This record gives sequence, C-alpha cells and structure tokens, in this order.
Amino acid sequence: MDFNQSADENLFDRARIIGKPHKRIDGALKVTGTAPYAYERNDVVENHLVGYPLGASIAKGRITRMDAAAARNAEGVAAVITALDIDELPRADSNVAKLFGGDLVEHYHQAIAVVVAETLEQARAATSLIEVEYEETPGEFDLDDAWKRLQDRDVINEVGDVDAAFERAEVSIDEIYHTASQSHAMMEPHASIADWCDGKHLTLWTSNQMIAWSKKALATTLELDEADIRLESPFVGGGFGGKLWLRADAVLAALGSRETGRPVKVALPRPFIFNNATHRSGTVQRLRIAANKDGRITAFDHSAISHTLPGGSGEDAVNQTRCFYAGENRRVAHHAIDMNLPEAADMRAPGEASGLAVLEIAMDEMAEKLGLDPVEFRILNDTQVNPEEPHKRYSDRHFVECLQKGSEAFGWRERNKVPGSRREGQWLIGQGVAGAYRGAITMDSGARVRLSQGKLVVETDMTDIGTGSYTIIAQTVAETMGVTMDEVEVRLGNSAYPVSSGSGGQFGAASSTAGVYAACLALQEEIGKRLSIESPRFENGRVVSGDQDLGLFEIEGEELVGEDTLHFGDFQDEIELGTFGAHFVEVAVNAYTGETRLRRMLSVCDAGRILNPITARSQVLGGMVMSIGAALSESLSIDTARGFFANHDLAGYEIAVHADIPEQEVIFLDTLDGASTPLKAKGVGELGICGGAAAVANAMYNATGIRLRDYPLTLDRMLDRLPAI
Amino acid sequence: MTSTTTFEKHRESAQTRSSVALTINGQRHELTLDNRTTLLDALREHLNLTGSKKGCDHGQCGACTVFIDGQRVNACLTLAVMHQDDEITTIEGVGGVEHLDPMQQAFIDHDAFQCGYCTPGQICSAKATLEEIRAGIPSHVTKELTGPIELSDEEIRERMSGNLCRCGAYANILEAIRQVAKERA
Repeated sequence: MDFNQSADENLFDRARIIGKPHKRIDGALKVTGTAPYAYERNDVVENHLVGYPLGASIAKGRITRMDAAAARNAEGVAAVITALDIDELPRADSNVAKLFGGDLVEHYHQAIAVVVAETLEQARAATSLIEVEYEETPGEFDLDDAWKRLQDRDVINEVGDVDAAFERAEVSIDEIYHTASQSHAMMEPHASIADWCDGKHLTLWTSNQMIAWSKKALATTLELDEADIRLESPFVGGGFGGKLWLRADAVLAALGSRETGRPVKVALPRPFIFNNATHRSGTVQRLRIAANKDGRITAFDHSAISHTLPGGSGEDAVNQTRCFYAGENRRVAHHAIDMNLPEAADMRAPGEASGLAVLEIAMDEMAEKLGLDPVEFRILNDTQVNPEEPHKRYSDRHFVECLQKGSEAFGWRERNKVPGSRREGQWLIGQGVAGAYRGAITMDSGARVRLSQGKLVVETDMTDIGTGSYTIIAQTVAETMGVTMDEVEVRLGNSAYPVSSGSGGQFGAASSTAGVYAACLALQEEIGKRLSIESPRFENGRVVSGDQDLGLFEIEGEELVGEDTLHFGDFQDEIELGTFGAHFVEVAVNAYTGETRLRRMLSVCDAGRILNPITARSQVLGGMVMSIGAALSESLSIDTARGFFANHDLAGYEIAVHADIPEQEVIFLDTLDGASTPLKAKGVGELGICGGAAAVANAMYNATGIRLRDYPLTLDRMLDRLPAI
Repeated sequence: MTSTTTFEKHRESAQTRSSVALTINGQRHELTLDNRTTLLDALREHLNLTGSKKGCDHGQCGACTVFIDGQRVNACLTLAVMHQDDEITTIEGVGGVEHLDPMQQAFIDHDAFQCGYCTPGQICSAKATLEEIRAGIPSHVTKELTGPIELSDEEIRERMSGNLCRCGAYANILEAIRQVAKERA
C-alpha cells in the first residue's frame, strides 16, 4: 500500500481501541519473569555450550602473539578461537570497526578471542589464561585537543549572510559547551545463542532492535546467503540504539557454534559492553545566536565536533539548529573527528539529545540577555516553516501550545525571576524550561495478518524493546478488523515474518502500525473475495455487506492471509514532519555542597495521535529520566593516555536511580498529523530525552546564578562559585 | 615460579565441585555444582529458573534480586554452595501468569516497566521494601531510628535505589508500590 498523500478522515478518527489506554498485553509475561530473552531460550535450544569473550587491552595497534594453549587445555573447554586464527571478517556497512578476526586492534576491548566451554565458569576462567602481546601505536583520544586543532571549519550549510547578521546584531551570545560521551546501559546485556552447527544454516536467537538490518549484516560478516539465516528476537531487554546493529556477541556465538558443532551462547559481560559495544560520542559545541532588541532571532551559527572511529559519523549535534527556531541567517557545521576510542554510534535521539542540551541553554542565555521570559522568547521565535527552506511547511506543529500549556500546568508565572534568590532552608530553588524537537521519521513497514482458528494472528519482524509494540499492534488489528484485543495474537521479532521498520529513531510505533494497517486491509480484501462481497465492513467481530452479516471467525475454508507493506511516498520530502515538546523542571541545589536534587519535572508533548496513552507516557517518562541522567551524572570518563572508558560498569557509569527521580508529569496535546501515517501518529520515544538536560541546567542557573555549559552538571563545577551563605 | 607451582598443586588437589541442597520456591533441589557457580547462575543455568535476570553480574543493578530466608539478596553476589538448606524464593515463586502476586498485578496496572528485564528484581525489591519498612529497619533517609517508619515516597525511593531501570519506569514503580501498600493498610 502506498501512502502518497495526507490521510483524510478515516476509521481511526472514530476509534474504539486506537488512542485509548490499554495495559501491555505482554505484561503478565514480564512481571512473572517468563518472557524469554535471548540468553534464556532453553525452550528452543538444547545441549548448548557457553562462550566468553576476551577483549584487547590496548586502544590501537597490532596483536603480535597470542598463546591460547593453556586455555585450550583447561577443564571443560571445547574450543578457543583467537583473532589470529581467522582472517578479519568482512565488515557490514552498519559497523564501523570490524567485529572479529585479524591482528589489527582498532579500539580497546575489541573482541580478540572467544573461549567456548561446557559452563560459564569454565569459559571465563580459561579466557584469563590466554596470553596476548601487542605492538601498540599512538592514538587520538582527546576531543578538546581536536577542537583546538580544528582551524578550518568547512560549513555544512549556510543560509543568508551569517557574518553580516552578527555584525549588525543588537544582542548576541557566543559560547562553548561540552556534552559527555554516554552509554546506552540497557539492562539486558547484548546476548545471542547461535546454532551454526552445519556451517551453512545459521539460526540466531538474539537481542536486537532491527531484524532485517542485522540479518543482512550477518550475511556480510559471515559470508552467508541471507536465505540461510534466521533471526529471532521476540523480547529485547532495552536497546536505546545500542542494539540497532550486529555486535560481537552474535558473531562470537556463531563462530563458536561452527567450530564445535553445538549451539553456543554468548552474553557480553557488563564491564566489557562499554568499550566493546557502541556509545554516544561526547561533543564540543560553539553556539552563537544573534537577535534584534525586540527578541527576534536574526542568526544562528552552530558548530560542533564529536569523535568517531575512521569511517563513522559521530554525534551530529547541529541538525536541530537548522529548523527548530526562526531566523533568516543560519550556519551549521558538524565535524566527526577520527579518533581511536570505541565505536561511536546512535543512541536515543542521536544528534538532538546532545544538540538540544546545548541549544536550549543558549536560548535561555539569550532570553536573559534580552530581558525576556524564556518561554516568551521561544514563542516569539516559533516557525511554521523550515527556516532554511521556507517553502517546506511543518505538517503539524504546536510547539507554542506545548510551552503555553506547560507554563500553565507548571505554574511558570509564579517562578522566581532573580537567579539565586529563592532559598528554602539549605536549598536554593530554581525553575527552568527547555524546548524539545525531534524529527518524525517514517520507514516502510510490512506485516502479515492471518485469520486462523478463532483469532487474528499478526506477524511482523518489528521488535518490542519496551516501547509497547505488542500492544499498539494488537490495538491496530483490533481496530481495523473490528474485533477485541483478546482475539488478536501478536508475533514479533522473527526474520520469518515480513520486514518492518524495526525499532529506532522513534519511527517504530508510527511506521509499524501503519504497516499492520496495510496488512489488515489486504486481509479484508481476501475475505471479500472469499465471501464474494463488495467493500465489506468489519465491526463487532462481524463482516457486514448489504444484507450479508457473518461472524468473522465463522468464515469457512482454508486460512485467509493478508500481507502488505506500507510504503511512505515522496510527498513527505516536501513537508517538515516533526515532534515537539516543552520541559519544565524545578531543582533544589544545596547552598553548601552544590548537590542538585530534582524536585519535579513536567513534559508537554505534541506528537500526533498518541496510539496508547499508557505506553506512550512511559516512553516519555523514560526519556525524561534519561535526560536527567545526562544532565546530572552520566559521563563516560576517557582515559586520554590509554584510550578507553575507565568507568566501564554500572557503578562507575551513573544512570539515574529511583532516588534521583522526583514527581514527573506528562501532558500530550490532542493533535493529529495526517501527513505522517494513516493513523495520524508520530513517534514519541525519543522526544522525552530531547531538551530535558537543558531544562535542568536552566533551572540550576535560576537556583544559583551559575551558568554551567559543560555536562554533566556536577557539583565540582559550581563549588567555588556558589552564592555566599 | 615457586608460588605458581604451589598454587597449581593446591588447585589440583582442591575440590572444585560440591554438592548442595537448596529449597527453591518450596521445592528441594540437590545439585552438584562448580564451586564458582553463583546462586544466580545455579538458578538460571542449572534449574531453568530464568526469571531472575543477569544485568551486570556484579551487584550493581539489582536485576537478580531474590529472597534468601526472607531477605532480599543480589543472587549474582553469592555462591550457590554457600546456601545449603537455605529457603530461596525467586520471581517464579512470587507468582505466575495464572496467579499473580498483588505486586505483580500492581506493576501491570501502573505500567511499571517497559522492556521488562529489570522487572523481576524490581518486584522482589518492592515486596522487600514494604516488609523492611514494616519491620522497622531504618534506611539512609529514615529520620527517627526508633519507632515506626513512615511509609513515605522518600523511603520507598531510597530502598529501591539498588534496582536500576534504564527504561526509567521509576515513577510508575513508585505508584505500583503505593497501590500495594494501600491495599494492605
């Protein structure tokens, strides 16, 4: 089915099930611990061995010698495969560093061996017996050094005359900001069980967001036909972008299985994940904003750098600055600097999370310099078109309403306007606001719906990484086919099913439900043909046409199947599709120690039709929590001498915990975006993390009068500047 | 060299496997295990009780929280052979799909999870939190160390802070715990 123009009024505007709150249909499995995650597939795999990885202990260089004799002779060991035993595996386009093989070391903890044994204890112990010698070569590990060296700033995009605008500017700012490298730190480690016993057909039970991409990457990496690969990933214990790609767990498990002729399972040990797998690159950003005295922005100039292994793209922090606010003159430049840290790649809201963390502080600084309320300043500079290409209108943008509704609900008007002047006991109290923007990407998505033995079974390779896919897909089928939720069975995350959008870039919910809708229409057509009726209606479990009225599950004969893919048409290229929000935060900063505690946080979101307010709210809450971590504590600490992340576990890398999270509130605007999908929905899973960190920073400024521009906003950055007591 | 040789000799002579009897969810299991096997791996790898999750294997995330003789413990931080005759309760013993514990139901009612991986540990800790408050065991945020402890949001958050949730369901987990506390009161 082609989606070539904005959706008119349709059945979703009269919905019974879509857009209504429904508890997760996979909830009972998850609360009882019976949802099977990748490493636990004892239901389908027998007689497996366990693999344990060894990582390189240098950041860059070559392996000159590996002695695995002691490991091979250790108790229980079935095989040891070292990087020197096999040639470098071909690299899929989606991987920047190789996953295994050959003497080259591209980053710290790159996998250089796997030990396969009867038990985890045996494999782990034997891994420590492998001796490795390296020839180390110097690497680049310091982003600030790179920033200083970067003289020649080639411009990605310039509109108008930015230099002239700054010369003319009545008010301007020009500041440097830092964001930290961050880890996805999803709770389920990367894990796979591989059965490649015959060296030809590979079955992989894994934890992955993108089934089709990973199947393709596996085919490239292991030089197999895609037809000989099967992937299953029905439950994913969190991803946040970290499981978009094929990673070492899958490759090592597969190699181990081929070598031993038995299924092999590998989970990446937690302290290994931070350097072996991917992360969000830190950034250095310079942001200049120019405005007239009346508060209208005349120019943006945003340049940023991030790190990447050669060939990668880093963290592009300038993109949102191109389109979020009005202003005639604008220039952005992003430089991905080749460095020898582990592989930087996408993490939740790649680009925007880091870019808005900075842009939204800068907006606060500008508002102050202009003597304007930060909410009013943002409203004044709203745009309904892409300011770079004014002929492109936003399909549906209610950013102003987010700010207004948020102000009202939060009590923004009553806030203290003089920074550092509200004190409660030993706490300085402050409030801050930030805008949120994230693109509303759509991806072609397919599904199959079968009318089978008293129920509708929907199959798609879409994944549920905690996002609620199972539930919203069931809602889509129930709505379109006129049945109850109980009459729908959802099967996900299997390469035997039609290729979907997968989960990433907040495109999953909107795209996959559109694909499921298309498959339902295909099934309706099949049903019409079987019954020889024209344009039947599907309601209350019945198929109705003219004077015909038959129970859907009473249709006789062979199973009926509808399969289709929703293709999103080019018309979307000519409009701007986005999601918008506003965050409001109240913090308390300890007047003596500088410790910051969040008191409350409100986010107002404009993201088209909210398919399920329960699961969507949880997505936004989770994004807010992650933005609080990004603001206050999350930072991969780089050992710039040896080139690795030193705090590579969950004690050293500090994500927000229960005690860090105060009262949270989410408000969804009641909006519809027919240009996005037939369901008029857009993604919301990444909007919550966009801008939230800046709202915290701005609230801290309001509390203390100290402007912090470097994340995370830890107390050591303020301690010598706190207001006198 | 001498120390290595002594170590090797010691290692060869040492017993590397032991028998242990554990009572898990009311059922007695006799196992012979590698001494290095954690309680978590005994559950997951030897008894197919995979409800307890391995998030870090270092006591940093709480996904493996189980009860040993009524007290919550990170099962990854203790060896199985240390628990001869101990009574262990895992999420499978807390409740199943057909007979949910009130805390499990409350987690569903309040959407107190997303990916579900930390959830069994959160539920075990949530139950333990209420028990610990009821038993008058103080925490870091308890203001009065003697006398009954107020069942405040602050107490719940503090006591739950050893259980990480990267999906960020904390606000909903708090609501779920409140619901159960209210039902009990």
